[in-house]
Amino acid sequence: MKSRIGVLVFASSVIFLRLIPPTFAHHGNATYDNKTVTIKGVVTEWRWTNPHSFLKFDAKDEKGNVVQWIGEWNNPSTLINFGITAKSFKVGDEVTVTMNGMAKSGANLGRVVKVVLPDGQELSMGNER
Amino acid sequence: MNAKGEGAPKAFPKGLKMKSRYVTSMIAFLILLPSLGAQTAQQRESGRSIHRDGWDRIVPDAPKAQNSATAPVRDLTGIWEPTPGYRDGVQATGARNYPSDGKPEHELPFTPLGLETWKSHKPGWGVTAVPIADNNDPFDICDPIGFPRIELFNLRAIQIWQNKNQLQIVYQNSQVWRNIWADGRELPKEILEPRWYGYSVGKWLDDYTFVVQTTGLDERTWIDNAGRPHSDQLMVQETFHRVNQDILELTLTINDPKMYTKPWKALDKFTLRLQPEWFDIREQVCSASEAADYNKTVAAEAAAEKKK
Repeated sequence: MKSRIGVLVFASSVIFLRLIPPTFAHHGNATYDNKTVTIKGVVTEWRWTNPHSFLKFDAKDEKGNVVQWIGEWNNPSTLINFGITAKSFKVGDEVTVTMNGMAKSGANLGRVVKVVLPDGQELSMGNER
Repeated sequence: MNAKGEGAPKAFPKGLKMKSRYVTSMIAFLILLPSLGAQTAQQRESGRSIHRDGWDRIVPDAPKAQNSATAPVRDLTGIWEPTPGYRDGVQATGARNYPSDGKPEHELPFTPLGLETWKSHKPGWGVTAVPIADNNDPFDICDPIGFPRIELFNLRAIQIWQNKNQLQIVYQNSQVWRNIWADGRELPKEILEPRWYGYSVGKWLDDYTFVVQTTGLDERTWIDNAGRPHSDQLMVQETFHRVNQDILELTLTINDPKMYTKPWKALDKFTLRLQPEWFDIREQVCSASEAADYNKTVAAEAAAEKKK
C-alpha cells in the first residue's frame, strides 16, 4: 500500500480568485482560509453523505511520513449534477486532489475543487462551489 | 360460433402478420421515445452542471422564450423547482431579499429583543458567522429545519398536491411536507402545541393567486441560514401567484412584532418552474448519524489545533 502512496506534489499558498461564492450548506466559511493546495494520494474512504460529502486519502509529507487528508466537498444533491456520484471513488484509487480553502487550524483538511483520477479524468464543479 | 371459428377474428396471412408486428413495434417505439431519451441520457461532464432528477434522468434546460400557455384556474399542482437555476433557492447567507451581508439595505428592522436574540444565535453564514465548531444552528444536528426556513434555505424541488379542502407541499430538502387547509377554517385562536411547520390556512385571492397564513411555529427554529430569530408571535404570509402554465411566483412576508418593528419580505416574487411529470424528487435528508459523522470527522477536525 505504501508504495502506491503518492508524494505531496504541490502545496503552495496561492490566493484563489473565487468567481462564484462557495455555498457549502449551513456550516459556512469561517473555519477556512483561501489557500489552494494540490496533493496526490490514495483514497481510503469516500463518504457520500449530507450535509457534505468528504474524501479521505493518504499522502506522504515532506519527510516521507504517511498522513491522512480529508477533502470536503458539496452535498450529494449538488454533486450529482456535475457527474460526481457515490461511485466516483473507491478505496485504493490514486488521486490528485486540488483544494481551495484550507482549515485555519492547520489540520490536513480542505475544500475540494477538483480531483484527477488515474486515467486522467477530472471531476470538478467548474467555477461553482 | 362454429367449429371452424367463424365469428372469431380471422388470422392474418403470414406476410401481413409480420407487417402488423413491425407496425406495432414501431408505434410502441415512437410512443416510448421521449421517455427513452430521458432514461438513456447518462453522459457526465466534469466541470459543467447537467441537471438530473432523482432517477438520474437529465432535466431539460428552461426555454429562453417565455411564451408559456395560460395557467389552469385555481391549480398549483405539479413539481416545481427554482429557476433559472435549480440552486437559486440555496440562500446560504440568509433570506434572498435580506442576506446577512452588512449592506444597509439588508439590515432587518429588529426590535431590541430581536437583535439580542439574533446575537445569541451562532450561524455558519453571514456577518455574525462563527467557526463550525462554535455553531449552535439547530439544523446542524438535524433538528427539523422548520417553516419558514424550509423556503428560506436550500429551497430545492417541491411538489404540490391539492384538492378542494387542502393543498399539500412536499419539499426535497429534508423530505418533509406541509398541509395548508383551504376548507374555510380559521387559524387556531390559541396554540396548544407549537409545530415545527406551524398551522396553515389558505384561500384563493383570484383564479391564479393563493394566499397562505401560517402561525403556531416552534421557537427553536431559525427563520433562515443566518440565524434570524422569531418568537411565538410569528405570522408568515405566502403568496403563490401562478403567472402562466410554467411559472409560479412565491412572495413570503415575515411579521413578528416581538422581533421586528415591521413586516419584511424575505422572498419577493421568487420564481419556480414547472418540471416534467416524470421528474423524480431526489432524497436530501438530514441524517443524524451522517451529521454526527461529518461534525466529528470534518467540522471538529477543521476547528481543532493541529497536533504537533
